[in-house]
Amino acid sequence: MDATVESMGSGSVQPITKAKATGRISDPIFVALLWASGIFVLALLGLIIAELFQGGLPALQHFGLDFIWSSAWNPVTENFGALVMIYGTLFSAIIAVVVALPLSFGIAFFLTEIAPPPLKRPIGVAVQLLAAVPSIIYGMWGFFVIVPLMAVYVQPPLIDTIGNLPIIGALFAGPPLGSGMFTAGLILAVMILPFITAMFVETLESVPPMLKESAYGIGATTFEVYKNVSVPYGKTAMVGAIMLGLGRALGETMAVTFVIGNATRMSASLFAPGATIASTIANEFPEAAIGSLKLTSLLQLGFILFVISFIVLALSRALVRSRLD
Amino acid sequence: MASLAARRAKDTTVKVISTAFAVLAIFLLGWILWTLLSRGLPALGLNVFTEVTKPPGQQGGLLNAIVGSLIQIGIAMVIGGPIGIFCGTFLAENGKGTKIGAAARFVNDILLSAPSILVGLFIYTLLVVPFGGFSGWAGSLALAILVIPVIVRTTEDMLNLVPVGLREAAFALGAPQWKVVMFITWRAARAGIVTGILLAIARAAGETAPLLFTSLGNNALSTDLSKPMASLPIAIYQFAGSPFDDWVSLAWAGALLITVGVLVLNVASRLFLARSH
Repeated sequence: MDATVESMGSGSVQPITKAKATGRISDPIFVALLWASGIFVLALLGLIIAELFQGGLPALQHFGLDFIWSSAWNPVTENFGALVMIYGTLFSAIIAVVVALPLSFGIAFFLTEIAPPPLKRPIGVAVQLLAAVPSIIYGMWGFFVIVPLMAVYVQPPLIDTIGNLPIIGALFAGPPLGSGMFTAGLILAVMILPFITAMFVETLESVPPMLKESAYGIGATTFEVYKNVSVPYGKTAMVGAIMLGLGRALGETMAVTFVIGNATRMSASLFAPGATIASTIANEFPEAAIGSLKLTSLLQLGFILFVISFIVLALSRALVRSRLD
Repeated sequence: MASLAARRAKDTTVKVISTAFAVLAIFLLGWILWTLLSRGLPALGLNVFTEVTKPPGQQGGLLNAIVGSLIQIGIAMVIGGPIGIFCGTFLAENGKGTKIGAAARFVNDILLSAPSILVGLFIYTLLVVPFGGFSGWAGSLALAILVIPVIVRTTEDMLNLVPVGLREAAFALGAPQWKVVMFITWRAARAGIVTGILLAIARAAGETAPLLFTSLGNNALSTDLSKPMASLPIAIYQFAGSPFDDWVSLAWAGALLITVGVLVLNVASRLFLARSH
C-alpha cells in the first residue's frame, strides 16, 4: 500500500494537466470497455440458451413436446425421447445429494466447532482440493477402482439381503454390475461434497457469537448449539448450498460417463445401469452426423439440461446471495 | 428433556461421527492420489514427454496432447483473462448498484456452475458446424468461456476488499478512472487477481467434456489451430476407455500429470493469497 501511495504521488502531482488531457480521451474508452465486458458476460448466457434451443429445434418440431415424455431412444428407427435421461440425471443427482448431505453437515460441524485451530485450515483445504480434482480423474478412479469394489464387495451382499425384501427390494434388484446409478451417485457425492461443505462453513461462521454464547450460557452442548442455533440461523443459505450441490451434480459429465453403465432404459433399481443427459451427449455425439435427427435430439437434450440446471442454480443463488444485490 | 449424561453422550457421539467424516474426506483425497501415483508413476517415462501418440503395441507418449493442452489453455487465458478481469472490475466499480451489474453478477454465478458440456455444445453449433470442422480455435474458445466466470468472481471479490478510501484519495488527486483502476485498485488487489487466474488455469486444464465437441483430439503433433487439436484430458478419455494395456497406462500417466498440475496450482494460489494478506 505504501508503494501505491508513493507512485501515485510521483506519478500524478506534477503532470496533472497531462493526466487530465489523457483522461479526457481514454477514460470514456476505458469505462466503455468495462461496461462492454459486463454486458458481454450478461449476453453470453442468453446466447448459449438461444444457440442450444435453435440447435435442438428440429427435434422438437419432429417429435413435438412428446420428446420430453417419451422413453424411447432408438438410433436405428430414429425414435428419440428424453425421459430416460431426465430420470437418470435427477436420480443420480439426488443420490449424490442424499449421500453428500450428512457428510457435509458432519464435516462442517467438525471444521467450525471441533477441529483444533492449527488443523482447521489444512483439513479445510484438503476437503476443498476434492473439488479441484478434474471430473475425468474421478471417472477413471471410479471405473478402475470403485466399480470393481462395488461389483465384488458391496452390491452382492446388498442384493442377497435387502434385495429380497418386498417393495424396498426393487431398489436393490438386478445383477451386481458394479457400474450404474448408485456408483455414479456415490462418485458425484464426493465431487459435490466440497462445494456444499465450504458454503456450510461460510454460513456457520457468520452466526453471531452472541447467539451461540447465549445457548452455551444456559448449558447447551456443542451439538445442541449447532443443531438448535447455528443451523437454524443459516438455514436459508444452507438450503441454497444444497441446491448448488444438486446443480453441480446434474451437469457432471465425464465422471458419470465412466461409471453409470450407459444404458438408455429406465429401472427403479439403484444398481441398474442408466444414463444421464450429459453422459448421453458425451457418448452418442461421435455417432451423430451433422444435420441428423440424432444430433438435433442431443442438442435438444442439452437445452433441457440447461433449463433444469438454470432453475436449480438460480434458486440456489437466490437463497445464498440475494442479500448482496 | 433427556438427562445430562444422555445429552453429553449424544454430543460425544456426534463429535466422533463428524470427525470420522472429516477423516473420510481426507482419506478419499489420499485414495485418489494413491491410485494416480501407483498406476501413473510407473508409466511416466521420458517418452511421455518426447513422443507423440502411437498405435497400440509401440511405445508412444503424450507430447501432442501436452502441447495441444498448453496452446489451448494459453489462448483461452489470453481471451478470457482480460474479459474476466474487466467484467469483475465492472461489477466491483461501475456496475455496483445498477440493474445491469446485478444481472451480470447473477449470470456469472450461473455460468460458474453451469454444465461445462453445454459450453462445448454451444461452441459446436456456433463455430464448428458453420466453419466446417473441429479446430483448436473452437477448443480454445470453449475453454475461454469456462475460465471467464472464475476470473470474474475472484476479481470482483478481491476488488471489493480494497478500501474505498484508497480510490477516493486517487480520485481527489484528479486521476481519471482508468488510472485509479489500473494503478490503485488492481495493484492493491494484485495477489487476489493472480489467484483467480491460477484457479482459472487449473479449471481449464482438467476440462474434458467441452473439448469433445470442439477440438476433438489429434493423434499427431499439430500446432495448427484451424485443425483438430489434441489435449491431455481428451487423450486420457480415449486411452482409458481403450482395450490396450499400454494405452491405459499412458492414460494413468496423463491423469497423474493433470492432477498434480491442478492441485499444485490450487495450493500455490492459496499460499500466494495467504502470504500477501
